[in-house]
Amino acid sequence: MDIRYMDIMASSDTSLHGLDPRAKLITTLLFIVAVVSFDRYTILALIPFFIYPIVLISAGGLPVGYLLKKILWVSPFAVLVGIFNPIMDREIIYHIGSIGISGGWISFFSILLRFLLTLSAALILIALTGFNAVCQALTRLGMPRPFVVQLLFFYRYIFVLVDEAERMEMARSLRSFNSRSTNFRTFISIIGHLLLRSLDRAERIYLAMRSRGFDGNIRMIKTINLRWKDLAFMAGWAILFIGFRMNNIPMRLGDIIMEVF
Amino acid sequence: MADALISPAVGTTMCVVSAGLIAYSCKKVRETADDRKVPLMGVLGAFIFAAQMINFSIPATGSSGHLGGGMILSILLGPYAAFLVMASVLVVQALFFGDGGLLALGCNIFNLGFFPCFIVYLLIYKKVVGDEPTKGKIISGSLIAAIVGLQLGALGVVLETLFSGISELPFSTFVLLMQPIHLAIGVVEGVVTAAVVIFVWNARPEILNAAAHSKQIGQMSITKVLLGLLIAVVIVGGALSWLASTNPDGLEWAMFKTAGVEEMEMDHGVHKTLSAFQEKTAFLPDYNFKQGESQPEAEPDTEPAWPAVDPGTSVSGIAGGGLTLFVILLIGFFLRRRKAV
Repeated sequence: MDIRYMDIMASSDTSLHGLDPRAKLITTLLFIVAVVSFDRYTILALIPFFIYPIVLISAGGLPVGYLLKKILWVSPFAVLVGIFNPIMDREIIYHIGSIGISGGWISFFSILLRFLLTLSAALILIALTGFNAVCQALTRLGMPRPFVVQLLFFYRYIFVLVDEAERMEMARSLRSFNSRSTNFRTFISIIGHLLLRSLDRAERIYLAMRSRGFDGNIRMIKTINLRWKDLAFMAGWAILFIGFRMNNIPMRLGDIIMEVF
Repeated sequence: MADALISPAVGTTMCVVSAGLIAYSCKKVRETADDRKVPLMGVLGAFIFAAQMINFSIPATGSSGHLGGGMILSILLGPYAAFLVMASVLVVQALFFGDGGLLALGCNIFNLGFFPCFIVYLLIYKKVVGDEPTKGKIISGSLIAAIVGLQLGALGVVLETLFSGISELPFSTFVLLMQPIHLAIGVVEGVVTAAVVIFVWNARPEILNAAAHSKQIGQMSITKVLLGLLIAVVIVGGALSWLASTNPDGLEWAMFKTAGVEEMEMDHGVHKTLSAFQEKTAFLPDYNFKQGESQPEAEPDTEPAWPAVDPGTSVSGIAGGGLTLFVILLIGFFLRRRKAV
């Protein structure tokens, strides 16, 4: 399944993978807040922010095509809501040569850029860190323990139950001459049995863990501690984001170019 | 809900609210001291995830439906544990599939977790089904609860988008767009939830009885939850929107604040240096395409009333944007090359 591939990426070993998960989590959040804080007609000033995903993808050795495909897969909602902007806001506020561009198209494009930036940042975080380390970071940043413990359980059993669901789906398909559609009665029966099996499994897991000394905590061998390079990573990006936020760098570059020529 | 459509103020407010609800629910789950529940919660979360991969075809529409999460979890686990499970399903979806986004996570947890688990389950499902479930009660309870839950969730999305002001959609259009779609989804979800609950009730009635009689919640606490929530929203939202109105740019304000500039020093010292520095570094301060919202809506396709944009500016903007992107791609390319060698 798809999640497994993200985990494989997270288990590779670059200097970015080795950073403290808290540093990566906080930097990601700073990045997202900086990106969404621009007003809705911003396009140019967003461009420098692409340096963050591109540097992390390159230095972390992540597959660009795969991440882009994932982003495209979830884009319909943003596109659907954003596409009304060009219809509603038709005031022309910008000219390229003689072609007028309405505010709506600019804000629509701005939504798409934000979408690309924020989503890639979230996916990169998990691809460079791995889910367990993100959970560890959450605990250390003060997330209550029951939440994190059941989050870890949840993550572990996704794989088991998804396999189970796939087996049931295959069994159904084989018994119904490969028909792709499921009628309601069959569907409920499959889901109901999946639920009963899950409940039994949870009971067995609990008993097994109790007999091995489970006390409500999941302990990790790998400890995390903030080192200088983690702080430098965080601070470096933070300064860059603030710089990009307060200066419209492409605009300044463009002015310089225009002056030269 | 997606990061691209919300403003930092709305996103942060909802994240604070949802984090508060998570902390409160954790406290409640811990109070019941039922650590048997923690593995059960995790496994049921995984069940919701796996069950959503199985679809059924809705007759005569060509579309398909699947199981929604919040209601069935509340029925099996009670509202507090169910809310935590819903939150974690959404966390995983945001991290691995980019569903929504990290800043929008607060909104999503609220829309898809708070409404079904707290409001709808406690105020509708429990009231309708009561202590002695029958088939009819389960069906009507699930159906009404799912429909109301999805209507509330959809309204949440509309309001959050509206307050963020990124989308141009007017309130009425957006509502007319979202609510009917979610009415249909609600009916489907209600029917599926009812059918699954009845399936479990027929096969293993003791599971539902145990869930219904584990007295972990008094009816009192829902008012407390709501009151606390209201206060949190008013304080956080109010503070943030005040900031947003007095300081058009909240982030810059926050940066000055963290840089240690207090109001008292505004007239001298650090602030002056900082703003001088900012003026120096930003020779196009606050470059915007459009000024404010107060301008009257111009007729479509008329000549812009607003001072015509200097063509030079737009050309230099495009050139600058292109150059920036080029430099960034170059950096990426070199990093990748260095790794390959």
